[in-house]
Amino acid sequence: MSAVTKEIGGAKNGGKRVIPANKASKWYPAEDIPTPKKVRKAARPTVLRPSLVPGAVLIILAGRFRGKRVVLLKSLEDGTLLVTGPFKVNGVPLRRVNARYVIATSTLVSVESVDVSKFTSAYFAHEKKAKKEGEAEFFGDEEKKEKKTVVSETRIADQKAVDSALLAEIKKVPALKAYLASSFSLKKGDKPHLMKF
Amino acid sequence: MPATHRLYVKGKHIAHQRGKRNSHPGTSLIQIEGVASAKEAQFYFGKRVAFVYRAKKEIKGSKIRVIWGKITRAHGNNGAVRANFRSNLPPKTFGASVRIMLYPSSI
Repeated sequence: MSAVTKEIGGAKNGGKRVIPANKASKWYPAEDIPTPKKVRKAARPTVLRPSLVPGAVLIILAGRFRGKRVVLLKSLEDGTLLVTGPFKVNGVPLRRVNARYVIATSTLVSVESVDVSKFTSAYFAHEKKAKKEGEAEFFGDEEKKEKKTVVSETRIADQKAVDSALLAEIKKVPALKAYLASSFSLKKGDKPHLMKF
Repeated sequence: MPATHRLYVKGKHIAHQRGKRNSHPGTSLIQIEGVASAKEAQFYFGKRVAFVYRAKKEIKGSKIRVIWGKITRAHGNNGAVRANFRSNLPPKTFGASVRIMLYPSSI
């Protein structure tokens, strides 16, 4: 506690006295006030399996792009993977995927020339909808119908920039473009536990 | 594009786990196609299993329903595995196909 020196009047009072800056409370609380426990947990960064290196060709296992082969660009800070088809080759846009829903193949594409610095998890976050009030919210379905989901201009431009850089790399390797365009599926007698991806 | 779009391995629900007289429907035994040893079955531990069936009444516009489960461990040495489903598979599904998904993936 901080203390303050004060001048004291009167000849026999020593002239100065050290006094606490804040006066102590006259009363103690009758009951103990519980203090919250200190949290000792810390969010640690995700550790991906060693097969998931940037440039690896992945097979998506679930969702609307299941079976597609895509290129891993980088891992994002939220623990997901940033992938692209490229969109021009197989229709998979720049997208986040969960590492658990992906098979890493041994094929590697060079992605050093692709600039992915602007892609963060915030880039993919949903825009918050402005809440309409009262009746407008209640009868808002008409407006919804005519409004189809539109891909924003920036997304299209970003996709094109990434695709052009990546396609230049892909074209250097024979048959790689056709490989990415083809999709993966299991046929009769296929044993994924014995496959080498 | 290949003609098939299958991204799961087929399996058969063969029985519930059981003793001589008692059956334990909380654990189902599954024989995965193409798996003939406990060592081979190891690849599938933790993978999700789906029992897909058709019912008469539509729910959310679909007559197809799914019971999800998870492969837990091997059962014996011949490639059979144990699986726990969110709700136990009924005994009339003995012999029915289940789908063993390739996720969660560790490759």
